[in-house]
Amino acid sequence: MGTTTETARSLLERWLDSRLGSEPSAWLAEQRLQLDEDRQFYLAFALTPRKVGKEDLSLSPGELAEAGACCAGWDPSAWTLDQAARIALLLASSEAMFPRRLEKLCAIGDIGEQISLYQSLPLYPKPDLLTDRAAEGLRSNIVPVFEAVAHHNPFPCHYFDDAAWNQMVLKALFIGSQLHPIQGLDDRTNEALATTLIDYAHERWAAKRSVNPELWRCVGPHLKSSWVDDLRRAWDTREPMSREAAALAAHSANVPEAAALLNADPVLAERVRSGELDWAFIHRNLTS
Amino acid sequence: MSDPSEANDSPIRLIDPHVHMSARTTDDYERMAASGVVALIEPAFWLGQPRTTVGAYQDYLSSLVGFERFRAAQFGIRHYCTIGLNSKEANNEALAEEVMEILPLFLQKEGVVALGEIGYDDQTELEDRYLRKQIELAKTFDMVIMIHTPHRDKKRGTSRTMDVLEEHGIDPRKVTIDHNNEETVKEVLDRGYWAAFTLYPNTKMGNERMVDIVREYGSERIFIDSAADWGVSDPLAVSKTFRLMQERGITKEGIEQVCYHNALACYGQSGQIKETDWTNPLPVDQRNLFHGNSVLRGGQEPRVDDDSLVIE
Repeated sequence: MGTTTETARSLLERWLDSRLGSEPSAWLAEQRLQLDEDRQFYLAFALTPRKVGKEDLSLSPGELAEAGACCAGWDPSAWTLDQAARIALLLASSEAMFPRRLEKLCAIGDIGEQISLYQSLPLYPKPDLLTDRAAEGLRSNIVPVFEAVAHHNPFPCHYFDDAAWNQMVLKALFIGSQLHPIQGLDDRTNEALATTLIDYAHERWAAKRSVNPELWRCVGPHLKSSWVDDLRRAWDTREPMSREAAALAAHSANVPEAAALLNADPVLAERVRSGELDWAFIHRNLTS
Repeated sequence: MSDPSEANDSPIRLIDPHVHMSARTTDDYERMAASGVVALIEPAFWLGQPRTTVGAYQDYLSSLVGFERFRAAQFGIRHYCTIGLNSKEANNEALAEEVMEILPLFLQKEGVVALGEIGYDDQTELEDRYLRKQIELAKTFDMVIMIHTPHRDKKRGTSRTMDVLEEHGIDPRKVTIDHNNEETVKEVLDRGYWAAFTLYPNTKMGNERMVDIVREYGSERIFIDSAADWGVSDPLAVSKTFRLMQERGITKEGIEQVCYHNALACYGQSGQIKETDWTNPLPVDQRNLFHGNSVLRGGQEPRVDDDSLVIE
């Protein structure tokens, strides 16, 4: 097993030890001794929430820092006890058993199991071989399973090629999910994605549907002069958040027409330049 | 007691403890939620056409603990299921053997409240074999059992099923005998089982007969379900019967037992279904099942205007 996998397992076990009562701790310890037996492993994995509970793990800032040091971008801040215990068991599987077990668990997983499995992708051995598995998670119709891959997860930005990345971002918008929790969103924007998103905005407008303001975040850095009218359309809607998003996109763009658009509203331009208005602000408003 | 809104000060809360939602539409989910259904149980059964491979069976069981659960939650309904090999498909021995291998992988999943629906269809030797094997499996995992009683030769089939359960030392308080009628109810109650009644047009119970049964036998250990599926059936059967019982003067307490509390008490023995699941869900369930949307909880989603011609 790789260092990341080993370290993640020992962190999870330590966090659980300090939180679980003696009975669930003993159960978990007993399961660790029987990990080589497939049937026992799958049963333990299924039984975990009944044995350790589903309360939030509630990690301290120090513990979250340990997670980040183990695997850059790993963010277990919203993990629960059962999720941690399940992944600790899975990570303790031998490297020979691991790929088969992961596939089997994904094929027969209930919602909670699938979320646990997909949010832990970057911790697995040989994560570069798991892009197809990750893409399968993104195909799920169960939104929280999609988000287990897409949100608060460093896997996509480290391992996806542009095609898979762009599909993920587009689907997030399509299903009404959010972009802000996608790690590496600004680093991985690309012209092909921006072009696709502009087409998507046109489709939405043609259907008289609204456009998610976050869309402009991925368009701004690649804005072409020919798209400025589209940005102006977002700017001109009555929806304040849409104009704020258009302002942020204009600020990140490299075409003079965008700067002119932004300067047309000096108050808004100042909010953008001072950093008071940013994409986190848009995200908070969208989800509140 | 003719107007339900006057007869109750608190909102109607119903459980449909046997309904095959995979075969139903989102319209049904909407109407069920609007009628007061807060939770339902979807038993694993056959799909109207036999499966020929274990893979097809596995994917079906996965959908019961996966997508269908999420789909229901989007309408503010908590979804539970039972896992088992149904009697019809028990007659395909090669398939049945493979299904028995994968069942243990599913029995302990979240929201699995019983092993079922199992029992007899034609009462063949193979049906008998896999009924017994699954009873033993339920014992191993200490599970509630949901029994399907046969359409044909029902009375004898029901007695025989209870004989087998007792032969295997099963506590009747941990078993629902489903699809009862006037002919079977007395023996089922006398032997200590939960007696479920399926309000299903033409082939099973009608709800006027159901009212008479509650009058005669009371409401202890009796509950009702729709068993709505891909056939001509009615996913509002529980709420319609709830209202009919009100109109016909069954006590409020009795109605609530038959339409809510008894199913909860029976399947609650699994530890996998609790009233707080819908009245006060855990933060993680609120995030993942209801997707943080408190508006959707408790069937409070505003109704879509059925008369509108416009699709937006």
